[in-house]
Amino acid sequence: MTMTADPRLGTGLKGQAEALFRRKRMVSFALPLIVLAYLTYAFFAFDVPGLVASANPENGKTLIRDAYSYKTHVTRDNRSGAVSIAIEGERKGAYPDGQAPDWVDLGETTVITLPRGGVVTFGPDAVSYDIPGYGLVTAQPGRNGAQAVLPDGPVPDWINASKNRVAITTDEGRVTITRNKTEVFRYSTGWELFFFTLDSPYHGQGPLDLLRRAMGGEAGAIWHDFWYNPMWMHAAVAWALFETILMAFLGTFGAAIVALPLAFLAARNFTPLMLVRQAFRRLFDFFRGVDALIWTIVLARAFGPGPLTGALAILVTDTGSFGKMFSEALENVDGKQIEGLSSVGAKPVQRYRFGVIPQVTPVLLSQILYFFESNTRSATVIGAITGGGIGLLLTQAMITQKDWEEVSYYICLVVLMVFAMDWFSGWLRRKLIAGDDGGH
Amino acid sequence: MTDQTGSGPGISGIRDDYMALTRRKRLYSGMLLAVFVALMMSGFMLADDRNAGGFWSGLHRIFDFPEAVIGEAAEKAAELPGHVVKYFPALVETLNIAAVSTLIGALGGAVLSMLSTRGLARWPALIPVFRRLMDLMRAVPEIVIALVLIFVLGGGPVPAMIAIAFHTTGALGKLFSEVNENASLKPVEGLASVGASWGQKMMLGVVPQVSPNYLSYALLRFEINIRASAILGFVGAGGIGYELKNAMSWGQGKYDESAAIFLMLFATIIVVDQCSSYFRDLLTHGRRSEMLA
Repeated sequence: MTMTADPRLGTGLKGQAEALFRRKRMVSFALPLIVLAYLTYAFFAFDVPGLVASANPENGKTLIRDAYSYKTHVTRDNRSGAVSIAIEGERKGAYPDGQAPDWVDLGETTVITLPRGGVVTFGPDAVSYDIPGYGLVTAQPGRNGAQAVLPDGPVPDWINASKNRVAITTDEGRVTITRNKTEVFRYSTGWELFFFTLDSPYHGQGPLDLLRRAMGGEAGAIWHDFWYNPMWMHAAVAWALFETILMAFLGTFGAAIVALPLAFLAARNFTPLMLVRQAFRRLFDFFRGVDALIWTIVLARAFGPGPLTGALAILVTDTGSFGKMFSEALENVDGKQIEGLSSVGAKPVQRYRFGVIPQVTPVLLSQILYFFESNTRSATVIGAITGGGIGLLLTQAMITQKDWEEVSYYICLVVLMVFAMDWFSGWLRRKLIAGDDGGH
Repeated sequence: MTDQTGSGPGISGIRDDYMALTRRKRLYSGMLLAVFVALMMSGFMLADDRNAGGFWSGLHRIFDFPEAVIGEAAEKAAELPGHVVKYFPALVETLNIAAVSTLIGALGGAVLSMLSTRGLARWPALIPVFRRLMDLMRAVPEIVIALVLIFVLGGGPVPAMIAIAFHTTGALGKLFSEVNENASLKPVEGLASVGASWGQKMMLGVVPQVSPNYLSYALLRFEINIRASAILGFVGAGGIGYELKNAMSWGQGKYDESAAIFLMLFATIIVVDQCSSYFRDLLTHGRRSEMLA
């Protein structure tokens, strides 16, 4: 009996096992294939080949180079022969008349020394660029065009010459000659004028000098020149960072204040009435479902652009999230403590205050702080849409498409801000909630 | 003995101590509350001051815009299905951005999380490096990367996708590494004893243990990423957000298209939200789904 039953049982089991393995094998091959097929579809749906063709690597190069270097424009007005020097070509970075960086020798004939031996001269009626390894380019720009004379031989591809315009681009700088003006760009490493602009008496002084002067009673003036630096606008940037954090703070904690009482109405054990409970739950779903983007747009219509609109958008969206989470936390409350309180005659408000709140506070606080941290990031994005805080500065700097050093500065600040908030909320969580090891 | 003789003053002493303690605690919490209220009030006033329109003057106008939109949509209700069809491809693009970035982010996050979990790491010495890397990826807001990439690559879904995938990698990596901590190392040891490579150990020893939790977190992230990709569309990266921005800019009289987009976005978020919470409950075997944004 057993002899005959065993093989039958065995084949049955074996068959089952084989079917199971077959299915598993299929799944383990099919799953990556499906993922691959989807990615391939997305590759074409997103038109990646077209994007690769239309991408502008030059923009990327400008961005990266600007992030760590700056350029000084030396401009000769070809009609008057006047030479002006300005950092990044901006008026607020202009050198006062008669002053120049040490690589420019002002005079009847202005001599500009570029790195690696290039020399540009601005004469009274002619300009020249001595390019090492290539030769001397001379030009007499004026009414009749650039009138450039290049060395003999084929024109290399880094020189773009036509009758009215000659552009020479080398690693160390760029020279552009047109009828009206001759411009030399010289790249240097660093963020120029980060501390003081050229019109400040403290520009170019070492930290020790500054410290000595600060001791001598000039601390206020030094701080003023730094803080209101027209090029980098530290005061405005600091304010924008503060505004972003303010949006996150008001939004998160405002939402928590609004959501806490409502959460009681959506919790099963506090609101036995199904209808009320369901109504509030749907309300929370609605607040969450209408995206922060839509809230931002709707609220911006009523309140105009600014930090308050951003704060309210965060508040409304998070009221939905908090309402849901708080009511879930309230449903998990231990009923014994409430029973104990009612047995000694506590009124409902007292029951909530001493029986419920102490139980849920750690959970709620940790969720609120976690949201606070994540909302700092959201506030950056919302600020870009509604016009407030560092998000606005960032988009503005990007739209101009030239202040890339400022863009990288802001990016650094945003990342530092998020790190700081991350750390701060973790610290606060540990401080306020004993036993919580800063999870999440 | 001394306890008994001094029981009377002892109890009152304890009571006094207790009352003093309570008073001090109340004072501290009261002070904390006062500071918090002051912060909220002054913050509100400051934000109100900096806003283009004030809070109180704008409060009664809060429903003007939704009213206008709903009114126009109701007026031209017959055109709504047409608009829905028109903007459906944009919605699919937004969903695709979210799906692809979640997929890539989950794959990257899985690898990073394994590299940064004690006991699983390929190079244990580099665990802090990978942890900081994930922190950094999490910290950079999506909009920053998206805007930079839009400048270099031009507008479209790819910058948004890369930006969201980058952020998702960091965010999921962190959550995944918490899951990994709870994975049993026995299968890994078993595989190691038969000479499996690191990839095989992870693939065959760890992934089967953690995949339900991974999937659950990835679904949650997908939900978040739909919202993110809609927002990024608004600043120039394709999808329904971009269409919404265009529709909005046409202004009064053309709000029916905005209304259609609002409706589609709302419906999508609700549907995905419900589906993902259903599947997450299924995956975690009835464990209560946690909200993690």
